This record gives sequence, C-alpha cells and structure tokens, in this order.
Amino acid sequence: MVSSPTSLPSSEEHAANGGLVSRRWLLRSGLVAGAMSASGSLVHAEQLRVPEWSSTPGLKMTGYGQPSPFENSVVRPALDLFPEGIGDGSGVSFTPLEKLAGTITPNGLFFERHHSGIPEIDPAQHQFAIHGNVKRSLLFTVENLLRYPMVSRTCFIECAGNSLFNSMDEPQQRTAGEIHGLIGNAEWTGVPLRLLLDEAGINPDASWVLAEGADAAKMSRSIPLAKIVDDEAIIALYQNGERLRPEQGYPMRLVLPGWQGSMNVKWLRRVKVLNAPVHTKDETSKYTLLQKDGISKQFTYEMGVKSVITSPSPGMEPSNPGLHLISGVAWSGAGRIKRVEISADGGKSWADAIVDQNPASKALTRFQLAWDWKSEPAILLSRATDETGAVQPTRSKWYEPYNSNQLFHQNSIQAWSVSSSGGVSNVYI
Amino acid sequence: MSTFKASCLSLIWIASAIASSSAQQLGKTITEADLQQWDISIAPDGVGLPQGQGTALIGKELWENNCQACHGENGKGGPAGNLVGGIGTLKDKNHEKTVGSFWPYATTLFDYIRRAMPYYAPGSLTDDEVYALTAYVLQQNGIIDENTELNAKTLMDVKMPNRDGFVQYWPVQPGTK
Ligand code: HEC
Repeated sequence: MVSSPTSLPSSEEHAANGGLVSRRWLLRSGLVAGAMSASGSLVHAEQLRVPEWSSTPGLKMTGYGQPSPFENSVVRPALDLFPEGIGDGSGVSFTPLEKLAGTITPNGLFFERHHSGIPEIDPAQHQFAIHGNVKRSLLFTVENLLRYPMVSRTCFIECAGNSLFNSMDEPQQRTAGEIHGLIGNAEWTGVPLRLLLDEAGINPDASWVLAEGADAAKMSRSIPLAKIVDDEAIIALYQNGERLRPEQGYPMRLVLPGWQGSMNVKWLRRVKVLNAPVHTKDETSKYTLLQKDGISKQFTYEMGVKSVITSPSPGMEPSNPGLHLISGVAWSGAGRIKRVEISADGGKSWADAIVDQNPASKALTRFQLAWDWKSEPAILLSRATDETGAVQPTRSKWYEPYNSNQLFHQNSIQAWSVSSSGGVSNVYI
Repeated sequence: MSTFKASCLSLIWIASAIASSSAQQLGKTITEADLQQWDISIAPDGVGLPQGQGTALIGKELWENNCQACHGENGKGGPAGNLVGGIGTLKDKNHEKTVGSFWPYATTLFDYIRRAMPYYAPGSLTDDEVYALTAYVLQQNGIIDENTELNAKTLMDVKMPNRDGFVQYWPVQPGTK
C-alpha cells in the first residue's frame, strides 16, 4: 500500500533520535518532493498572475550557454596559499558542494589545485612523450590521441588535502564546500594509458612510471604500473562530454580513479617508465602523513571512505520547524558506497539513509533522509561504509596516530551543530 | 540485468576490444637525445644527474639573488616557507618540516630546484647553479660543510637526517600482509 505523499510520518516511522524519519517512509511516499511538501501544504496560495517573461519572446540562442544570472552566487571560493607576488597561482578553489545536487560536478565548478598557475596551452603545440624502460620511446600529438578508441568513466578526483580546515585545533566556520570541496565528480573520456604503453612496449622488469605536467611546476608524481595495467588510468581529453577546461589540465590529464588528486597529473606531457619511484617533492615533502612517533606514511594513494551532509549545513539552514530533507554526498577510493548512516544526536543513535542502490565505483554517491525538526538543538552526523567494509572514522579516532595539524587524507565524520533557531555551525565532537 | 552492471560490462567489453586492436599506432618514435630538455626527473639512484658542480660558498650569493626574497635569509623566515631548520622536531606537535628535517633524499632537492625554482623563472638556472644552491640549502641545514663540492657523484653520498623516517603504504599497508 502506498501512503498518501502528504501524510506526515507517524511515530512508527521513527528511525533514530532527534526526528530522523525511517527511510521506508520516504521511499513509500514515492516522490521525495511530494513527501517534503507536507510541511507547507496548508498555506493558501495567492491568485496567479502572468509574469513578464510569458508575455514577450525571450532571448536569442547563444554559442556557449551560461547559468542563469540568478545563480551567479554559485561559484568556487578561491584561496591563495601564498602572499601576492610570492606564489601567485599556487592555490585552491573549492567546489561549492552545498549548492549542488545529484552527483556530477559541473565543469566550471570543479575544484582546482595548482602548484604554479594554469598554463595556457595551445593544443596544436602540445606533445606527450612515453619513454624510459620501453622498447620504443614515442611522441604523440593531441590530434593523434583523438584518433584512438576511448573509454568513459565516472569517478571523483579528491585532493589529498581536502578537509584540511578540520585539522585546525578550533573548528572553522566555513561552508560544507569550503571545508570538503576539494573534490569533484565527473565523467572522464579519453584513451587508456595502458594502450599507449603497449604501443611503446613496456619492458618486463618495469614497475613504476613518472607522470609529469607541462605547467611551470612541472608537477610530477610516481605511479605504480599496477594501477595502469589494471586499466585504471585514463588520459582524459574530455570532462562531462566537452574538452577539458584549462584549469583541469587542457588538453590532457591523467585520471587515476580513487587516488590522491595530485597524482591525476594535469597538462600531462610525459610518462617515463621506471623500475622504482622518483620520490618527487610532492610525494616526500608534501602528500605524506607525519605521525606522532615521527615516522611518516608515504605512498598512501587511495582516498578513504567519506561523506558529508550538504543540507543542512552552514548557509543551508532550516528556516522553520517541520519536515526537512537531509542530503549529502559519500564516496570511497576503494570502490562503491554501500551504506550511509545519519545521526541527529551526535552519534548516540543512527538511522540508515537512502543511498543509490547501484552507485558507481569510486564516484560520488548521493544519500538522503527525512528529518522532522522540532526547533530543538541537534548534532547532525553522516557515516559512510564502502563495499570493502571500511567505515568512516570519528575525528578523534582518525587523529590517534597523528598530531592534530596533520592534514592529508582527512576523512573523518563531519559534525554540524543545529541550534534551536536553525543556525548551523561546524563542531568537533 | 541492472543498467549499472550492463554499463560496467560494456565498459569492460570496450576496454578489451580496444586492447586487442592497438591498430592505431600513431606515436612517432623519438630518441632519448630528443627528450633531453624534458627528461629532468632525478630519482634516489641519481641516474640522469647532469655534469657540473657547486659548493655552498658559491651558492650563498645565488641564494641571496634568486631565493632569499621568498625563502628568507639563510633559508628561514621567508613568506614561501622555511627550507632550513627543524631537525629533530618531527615528534613534537609543533614540529617543523623543512628540506633539512623532513626530506629523505638530496636528489629530490636537486630535481625540484631545477624543475620549479625560482618560482617566477623555473628552468633559468644552469646545472652548476642548481648544484651550488642544493649545496647551500644542505649546508645551512648542517648536512654538509660550505666547501663540499656537490656533483653527480658526491650528491649520492649525502645522507639526509630523515632518510629512514618514511614507511611506504604501497604496495600493501604495513601490518596487513
Ligand atoms: C617568488 C617567490 C619564490 C622564489 C624567488 C623562490 N621560491 Fe621556492 N617556493 C616558492 C613557492 C610559492 C613554493 C611552493 C610551491 C608549491 O606550491 O608547490 C616554493 C617551494 C620551494 C621548495 C619546496 C619546499 C618544501 O618544503 O616543499 C624548495 C626546495 C624551494 N622552493 C627552493 C627554492 C630555491 C632554491 C630558490 C632560488 C633559486 C627559490 N625556491 C626561489 C616561492 C619562491
């Protein structure tokens, strides 16, 4: 039996403390939107008028479509990492996670991390070399690569420094995107790197490659050959159907699903086949995890299982009591998301959220749950589990081996405190 | 079959179809000599270190002219971060990670200066200058003295203080074998 979408959840639908409503109720209600309208359905609507835009023809076609001017606040907040004139172009900009829905990150809002700015590459002059421990060293043009068979794969890319603000001793009051937005999820289309390596002929004793960019930092990372022969490395030329944006590596970048963002080398100019890692600056000085005992973890490639509630979140606040939708994204560098649980009482009780039944591997996955908020203070948490059984840790558990200023691979549970007036803030629990 | 499985299978099918048809073969053969200006990565085995040499004494003036504005006098206190100091602090909460205290290999320093520094003019230094600046940063950290000549051979003799400070999580996480 299907219950009326406007019927409010009964006490049997209680899933956990703090007003979390069983996911069964939302699923039975069929349309999430219909169910959620329950709280507002008694307000009487005004008589409808015909707006201006229905009375005159609209604008002409455009060459490249832009978002509505009413959406011009949906942008990537940027953060320079050095004072002006010292390291211009070394910085980050954050995907505004809380302002997006679904799972695909629009290309213009996909996070950025550059170590020396965005090079303006002329594709007609860009060249890509494969050499080192191979039978023949090869040089490709972009035009060449566009003639190879291509694969498409939807996956996230996450900076290893994502959520770095939660490594500060005091919780920072920033939006969900400004804390966790060094991640984006896209459909990448391009040539499997293995195909080109086969053409060059990898020698049997090879075990690593170095991938290097054509930017001024000549960003370089060592990558185990195993990741490439597993068909997990794509030289992407397209992102969400169109050619890469300059800030995403135009004309070509490496995509290594589930692995640290900086290994997904942008503006790729060279792959050198090797027998050992190079220990570049960005796999020794940076992107390594110093522990309390003074020993650092190196080559921690896979991004851990993680989730964040994007609504409610700072700036996405419940204005009045009643039914609200808790919504967020989860992901894991190890594979598919299997489960996301939500707590409204700081982790004392948990309810299963609705998660896409067939999520893509190593890709953002949307979760949601109905929440009957009674204007009472609440602490909202989400906790993801992936198909390997890995569970997102609490912040204190995650920090056990580290001093609190260790910031790489921070995948701990985010806590949002909701006040009785609906204000949402970042808290550590 | 779910659409997900279907699309997954078709992806595998496409991938294997692609694998068996590397008919394209559009890569142009190229020699290592042609690649010389690009092949700048230096691994801890030192293969590819160029000819040339330099000492910290020579490096000091180069430092003042090319690096000091951003990395500070003697490698400390500049707006782009310290390259000197912090040795022995890695177990403290307020540890300081620098080239001297943290980097496991001296080859990385040569590689990185040559590749990316000075920030606004990467690639502008000669190999002799890169050796001299590498020597200067190591000498300021007390790892070599100011007269030690660094070249392709002696750079390999440098043992960094934190050489044994890393555990590698690839191919398997330590302790989970
Ligand atoms: C205009 C400012 C500027 C100048 C001049 C400059 N650097 Fe840098 N340096 C930077 C910035 C910015 C970074 C960080 C780059 C990044 O984000 O990856 C950096 C990083 C480094 C690092 C890596 C530090 C670490 O701990 O990871 C080394 C080593 C270095 N520079 C050496 C030099 C040397 C040697 C010179 C002189 C030849 C020099 N730099 C000149 C701005 C500068």
